[in-house]
Parts: sequence; structure tokens; C-alpha cells
Amino acid sequence: MNFYPEFEVVRNDSRCIRCRVCERQCANEVHWYDEDGKVMLSDESKCVNCQRCVTLCPTRALKIVKSDCRLRENANYSDQTIKEIYRQAETGGLLLSSMGNPNPLPVYWDKILINASQVTNPPIDPLREPMETRVFLGKKPERITRNPDGTLDTRLAPQLTLSMPVMFSAMSYGSISYNAHASLARAAEALGICYNTGEGGLHEDFYRYGKNTIVQVASGRFGVHKDYLEAGAAIEIKMGQGAKPGIGGHLPGTKAVGDVSKTRMIPEGSDAISPAPHHDIYSIEDLRQLVFSLKEATEYRLPVIVKVAAVHNIAAIASGIARSGADIIAIDGFRGGTGAAPTRIRDNVGIPIELALAAVDKRLRDEGIRNNVSIVCGGSVRSAADVVKAIALGADACYIATAACLAMGCHLCRSCHTGKCNWGIATQRPDLVKRLNPDIGSQRLINLMDAWRHEIKELMGGMGINSIEALRGNRLMLRGVGLTEKELAILGISHAGE
Amino acid sequence: MKRIYVKEQWCLGCHLCEYNCAFANSGMTDMVKALRGKQIYPRIQVETGADGVTYAVSCRHCTDPLCVKSCIAGALSKKDGVIEIDHEKCVGCLTCVLVCPYGAVIEDGSGVAQKCELCMKNSCGAPACVKGCPNGAIVYEERGEAK
Amino acid sequence: MKRYVIIGNGTAAAGCIEGIRSADAEGSITVISAENYPVYCRPLISYYLEKKTDLRRMHYRADSFYADNHADVRYGIQATGIDAAAKEIMLDNGGKLPYDALCVCTGSAPFIPPMQGLETVQNKFPFMTIDDALALEKAVTPESRVLIIGAGLIGLKCAEGLHGRVQQITVCDLAPRVLSSILDDKCAAMMQKHLEANGIRFLLGTSAQSFSGNSAVMQNGETVDFDVLVLAVGVRANTAIVKNAGGSVGRGILVDDACRTNLPDVYAAGDCTEYHDISSDSVKVMALMPNAYMQGHTAGVNMAGGAALFDNAIPMNSIGFFGLHCHTAGSQPEGCEMYEEADDSHIKRLFVRDGRLVGFMLIGHMHRTGIYTALIRNRTPLSEVDFARLKIEPQLAALSAEYRDHVLKGAV
Repeated sequence: MNFYPEFEVVRNDSRCIRCRVCERQCANEVHWYDEDGKVMLSDESKCVNCQRCVTLCPTRALKIVKSDCRLRENANYSDQTIKEIYRQAETGGLLLSSMGNPNPLPVYWDKILINASQVTNPPIDPLREPMETRVFLGKKPERITRNPDGTLDTRLAPQLTLSMPVMFSAMSYGSISYNAHASLARAAEALGICYNTGEGGLHEDFYRYGKNTIVQVASGRFGVHKDYLEAGAAIEIKMGQGAKPGIGGHLPGTKAVGDVSKTRMIPEGSDAISPAPHHDIYSIEDLRQLVFSLKEATEYRLPVIVKVAAVHNIAAIASGIARSGADIIAIDGFRGGTGAAPTRIRDNVGIPIELALAAVDKRLRDEGIRNNVSIVCGGSVRSAADVVKAIALGADACYIATAACLAMGCHLCRSCHTGKCNWGIATQRPDLVKRLNPDIGSQRLINLMDAWRHEIKELMGGMGINSIEALRGNRLMLRGVGLTEKELAILGISHAGE
Repeated sequence: MKRIYVKEQWCLGCHLCEYNCAFANSGMTDMVKALRGKQIYPRIQVETGADGVTYAVSCRHCTDPLCVKSCIAGALSKKDGVIEIDHEKCVGCLTCVLVCPYGAVIEDGSGVAQKCELCMKNSCGAPACVKGCPNGAIVYEERGEAK
Repeated sequence: MKRYVIIGNGTAAAGCIEGIRSADAEGSITVISAENYPVYCRPLISYYLEKKTDLRRMHYRADSFYADNHADVRYGIQATGIDAAAKEIMLDNGGKLPYDALCVCTGSAPFIPPMQGLETVQNKFPFMTIDDALALEKAVTPESRVLIIGAGLIGLKCAEGLHGRVQQITVCDLAPRVLSSILDDKCAAMMQKHLEANGIRFLLGTSAQSFSGNSAVMQNGETVDFDVLVLAVGVRANTAIVKNAGGSVGRGILVDDACRTNLPDVYAAGDCTEYHDISSDSVKVMALMPNAYMQGHTAGVNMAGGAALFDNAIPMNSIGFFGLHCHTAGSQPEGCEMYEEADDSHIKRLFVRDGRLVGFMLIGHMHRTGIYTALIRNRTPLSEVDFARLKIEPQLAALSAEYRDHVLKGAV
């Protein structure tokens, strides 16, 4: 069945200079030049609205707009719903999507407001006074202990030190490009934070960024070997992902080429299928075995992170993880991104990170095991304000990936699964990969994090707080607006005005 | 001195540099007015190799410039390392096109020679191709002089 | 302090001054200039007639050139002899001038073959110098019929320069084609057609046999009436001064790659010399302005104790008439292979011998031709380049990646 295209290419011919940059830059081959008529033409049906052409057009002769050709309006059966049914009726396949859930589900960050000091407790000017944004992730001692000779026992469980409470979350080499990884790694090093390999192994060129690398071990165990585990600053066991809780991953064979296959340690062209479960983990005890296997393999030098998707009984799951020997729990909310996920899963499975985070922090405190682990939250942390709110809700640090991709040029067209990312991020096509120059990509990531750090300091200073430590779990600094009693109770915050 | 260098691994072959060059040297303030419906004669040329590699070529501002030595009108000269063309003096004989080993001197469409002058003589002040390159594939920097 | 003397004040002399000063800021430089002008662009005299330039813009260098380079120019004086043993030159004003290093840049003079009755022609001019051009400009009127003897570079440029200022221009040449020294039959035919389309009349394969006042009788019996006669048959190198001093002279003063003559500390540069053409591996007179400068510069550096070689000389010409341009370089030796591409408005002929590009002729499309010229100059083996691509269009992409990196990633 043919549909009228979702987007329309609007070309202002009176501004078009026929430079053909749009044509050269569109991997979807939307634009072409007609020699006879001396005009640029376009095939809108191929357009994914990635805005590469719009961005590069030197005369602003182009815009991409949403087509207003829609099926008859129906509040129950939306245009998209109907077209998805048509598509499935035609193919019999499940629908694939990329990046995070775009549906208008509640964003609790936007219903939470931050406090500021007035009169009775002075705000702090971060330009004049020291402000600590450094955090240490890992198990903290419950109490002071002394050695037999009476001296203080200063041994600590391994800690991950971050200059600010933000890390780049897992995106595998394969799902994103070499240059995207290079940008993330270089930025992480310059910033004194960490990026995460995802389940794709670590390209040999990036071992030098080990101090700023979290190496991931997921259900497919792709790319995992002794040197890999030892290369990083922490090891992450990925149990689940916010965008697709309960299912595994699938890198199509077409992307498992060259260095990607070598880094994953799989034959070229073979599909890399990560199973939904870890086949050796069916209980917290099993998880504990893997945690300690990894600690053993790396001589207890590195903290181990267990990453789970935010799902219904996340508090209980986190409680189990906190007892498994893991040093850090990473929770990924349902708006988290992905390079490819079944649409129904992405859009319908999991819960909001704000609620999950608050529930986990409360549960661990109630059980007196909060200091067993640090909590990292991810799944659509979009700004410094979201970071501050997350920390006040109880997080030790945040994971960002979509925001990092945006900094590198992503325009959120949500077409990663096509492998034709015009911005050189979610692609392995060499001509597209080169569009992301890591000199530029890393600088933009650094700029973004610098900006966020400034903003975090400003927000903290306003509250009269001068360290992340003092903000963590400080829910008195938050108020809800337009939230129900139940929501406020779960978030553990009062309503604005209270 | 600072020169224009290309980093071919980052060149996308988008040809924006050519259009930015043509615009920068058009003397106009609007790119559409300057370039629409016109054949452009940029001073920087994007080449494509057999292996698909692309890169932009512009005047190298040679240590020993054959164009300057060969100019029959005395219109080409080197000032502070920059090879300049005096359009008042140029008679359009194109000897410079014949001798430039890099193909960096280009006829301007009206029979007169032109070449990259690092945007020193137009309103940009710094090379427009460098500023406009979307991927940092053209840089303007100091890399030492030829031996 | 070294004493440098330069005989002549043309392009080669200017090159020599700049060459000397690149190596020696101190020594004295004396320039003996027969013409009463600072160095100017000789080839521009036709553009002067065409009004594309003027006397001021024709200056080859800035007005402060001699002062900036501390060169003492003696205008209106000719050198009459060289005493190589005494290391001094004799001047026509009776003076003598000692030198430590001498450069002979005497250029060339129009060659006028004996023609019966030439003395009866009132308005006859060579076309070499500013004075020639000024005199010619004075002599012509919009009603003038001009006969130009010689369809070479000088004759045709003169024709272009006079076009629009006179009623009729006829060019004759003994050779059967125009620009016979640089173009082959096919290329010459295209150029001739274009010139004819612009109103220039040709009588080729025949020249003036005799003159009687304002009438010439051609060898083919035709009579051409004219008002102004331009003699552009050719030029001869001015070699006498070196020959008389015992120097080696053929058609020009023989110089090596360092621009030395066989006389001690005597150099020569420019149109007065003959030197090695690497494209044909032969010694010839290549009276070309770019080469004159490069020779002069080379001589200057060497005179000042530096080390410079001009060891990749080739003949080359960039010339155009009425908007149609032509680039030629190198040679077209017997038995070479030719690659050709042609249509109504352009011709490209590339000549290859022993796996190297040795010459080319291009008409119409002049884009980045210097890349071809460099292949000849550098004697680049075509096995090292992608000649199939180069044939279609000159491009660095067809050269080796190493060369490309060398050119584009560092200073050259």
C-alpha cells in the first residue's frame, strides 16, 4: 500500500543556488539535480527528516515539514496507528524503531521544581566560592573500623571517580560508529568522566582511554576477554535496557563488518544476537557469581556496575542487586534510547526513571543498604536541571546517551536502525562515518558537559549547597507541580506550596 | 606562515568550500544574489580520487612560486608570504594557469586569472572555505616552511 | 663588497637583480639599460594597443624597485664590449665598468630579411618595444590598412592589438599555418579560423617579395596595398657582445643550467641565450618571458655565491586571441604517441614519449593546465600516475598519494 510521504521537502527555488550539497549529503537519496530543467528535485518518500540537507544548505533554501496529508481524523485510531497496521498487514513483521520513546507519556522531571535560598539561608555564588562536583561511585563503608593496632582502617572498596556526576552511557561500537566512539572517549578523558563501551567490545585504538572507560559485559558476551575487562575503570553487567526491557539485542550482519566484527570477536557478516536473559543468571545468587567472577578476574581493583531497566518491581530488584556484591546500580528508564528496538516494546514496556529512582533510593535506605551501592540513573536525562533533580531524588550520578548523540550532531530522526545515519553516528558506512570528525565531536561533548557543570553549580549554589554529596537524596529541595498524592508519595516530595 | 591545509580523511566532498569561496569573493552580501543562476569559478577546487577520497585544492602559497616568476604582466607578487594578484595589472594571458603545478590558479570566467589570497582582500578576513567547512577538513594553520 | 653588472634591463635583468638580492644584500648592482624605461612587460605592448593596459601598468615592478634593491640603472647607454680578462665592460659613452660578476641580458632584436624595395616603405615598424608600439600607434588611423609580415606570436598579437583601431589587417607568412613555431596544422587551423572570424585576413605560404611604396607584391603574385607595414618575421638573439669576447655562441649565447657562459664570471639570461630544453633534450633558443625571469634569477643567485639551477626548462606558451586561448608546452618529437580530444571549440593534444608526457597543445579549455606542465617539467614517469584520468582532466587526484600529501599537507 502506498502512503503519501510523512514529510515534505520544501525548497525555496528563489533561494536555491544549485550547489547540490543536499544531493551529495543525503544518504537516503532524496535530492537530485535535473540537468534538463536545471532544477533540484526530490523524492520525499525517502526522507526521514534528519535535517542534514537543511543544516548544510548554505542559502537556507530548504525545509522539511510534516505532511498534512492525513487519514481521516480519529482520536482512537491515529494516522500512525492505522499506517502501522497497514505496514504489518503487508509484511507480517514486527515494527522497528530507534532512539527513545517519543510518545507523550509523563515526564516527571518537568513536574518537579527546585528550591532556592532566600534570606534565612544564603545562596552560594559558584564564581566566588568553591563548589564540589566530583563524585565517587562505589560501595561506602558503613562505619569507621580500626586495625588491630588501633590505627584507622583506610581501605575502601574500589571507587569510580568522576569530575562531575554525568557519564556517557552504553552505546556499542557497531550500533554507533568508530568516530562516535572516538568522540565519546576523547571527551570523557578530557572531562574526567567515563564513557561506556556497550556490548560491542573495545576497539584496540581506544584502550588508551581505559581510565575513562566502562567496559560492559552483556548477555551475548561479545568482545569480552581478559584484557578487555582489565582495560576499563569499571565493569558493567548489563541485565536490561530502558528502551527494550526484557529483550536482547540484535546487530544485523550487515553492520558486523571489518573492525566491528573483530572487536566483537564474531565472524564478519554474522548477526550478533544478544539473548534476552543472561543464560547463567536466573537469581540474585547467580548474579552474585558473575559479579564476583568479574571482580576475581580483575583482582578486585574495579567496581562492578549492574545495569537494569526500570520495570515495575524495580525497588525489590535493586535491593537484590545491592546485596549481590555489585558496587553500583544503573537504572535505565523507559524513555532511554536505542539503536533499534521493537516499537511495541520501546513504547509500552518499563516505567519512568524518576519514579524508579525515587523508589529504589527509598527502598535501599529503608533496608539500611543504601551505602552498599551507588545509584546511576539514565533514560532521558536531558539537561543540567534533570541531573540536579535526579541527584536530589537519590542518584549518585546520571547516564546520558541521547543528549550526547545530539551534541555529536544527531537530529533525532529515529532512523538508526536503517544504518544510514547522515550524521555519521549510527552507521558503519565509511562515507557516512567520516562525517563525524572526532575533533569536532569530542569538543562539542566537552562543551556540553562544561555548560552543564556550570549550570549544576548555579542550581546548587542557589540552594545554598556546595557539593553533590550534600544534594544527594535531599528531596526537601524538590517540589512537585500538578502531581497526584500517589505520585508525590512515590517521588517522596511535597507539592509546591507545601 | 599560516596556510590552508586539507585533512582529506574528513573531507565529505560536499563542495561547500567552493560555494563559500565564490561567495566570499563576489563582493556581495547575499549568497543567493551572488551565486544564483551563475556558473561559479571558485579559487578552491574539490577533487575526487579514484578511491573515492575527496579533498580541496587551493593555492599553496609556494616558497618558490612559478606563477609569480612567470607572470608576464608583473601582476603576481608575494607579500608577507601571500601570493597576490593585482587585477589592475593582469591582462588575462593565463601564463600562471599554464605554470602552476597544482592547478591552483583559475580563470575567473571573464578571461582573467584569479587565485586564493586567503580571503585577505575580501570582507571575510579569514579563509571562508575553512570557516564554512562542516567537518573541519580544511584548516588554516602554521605548519612550518618548506626546506 | 661584490660588484655586479647587468647588461640589459628587461625581465631577465629584473630576475637577476632579485636573484642577487636573495643572496647578497650588500654588493653593488649596476644595470646598463639601452632603453629609457624602467623594466616593463614587453609582451604587453599589444595589450597596450588594445587599451587593456597603459604605460604605467606595464611596469614590471613597482616604481621603487631599483631603489628597494639598491640597483643603479644607467639609462640610454649601451655596452659595447666585454674584457673578460680584465673583468670590465666597455660602454658606448667611452666609459668602462669593472665587475666581479656580469650578467648579459641583451635580449633579442627583430630579424628583418632582405626584401626588395623595403626602403621605399615609409610607414614600417618592428613590434618589440614600447617605442615600437608608440610609433605604430601614432601611424595608424581608423582608415589604415595594415600588412603584418609574420603570423607568429608577435605578428598575431600585434594584429589583435590593432583590431578595431584600423580598417583592415592582413597577415602573411611564409609558413603554411599560423603560429607555426608552437602549433601543428590542426591546432593552427582552429586558431586561424577564429582569427579570420574576427576579421583578420591571412595570406599563408607566401610572403612579400618586393615592396614599392605602399604596395607589396607577394611571392604568389598577389599584390597587397597597405598604409602601415609591421615587420614581425622573427627575432635574433643579441649575442655579439659575448661572441666578440670569445664566448660560446650558437643561435644564442650558450649557457648551462646555472646560467653561466663559458667566460669566467660571465652569466647570461633571457632571450639572448640558448639552453637546454628537457622536453626535447636539445639546446635551443627559448625566448620566453617566464624562462627569462627564471634564468635571470638563477644567474643572480649564482653570481652572489649561492647555488641555483634552472635545470627543467621547457618551451611553453600561453597565448590567446579574441577570447580563444591556447596553451602549449614541451615538444612534439618524431614518433611520439598522441592522445587527442577535440570538438568544434576545443582541442587537446597530449604527446607522450618513452612513458613520459613531453608536450601538449590545448585550445579552448584552459583549466589547471599547469598540472600537465609540471608532468613535463618533473619528467614524471606516467607509470606513477593515473594517466587515464589525467588525460580527461588535469587533477592532483591522478598523481600519487605521496605527492598529494606532500603538496597539500605541508608547505611547498
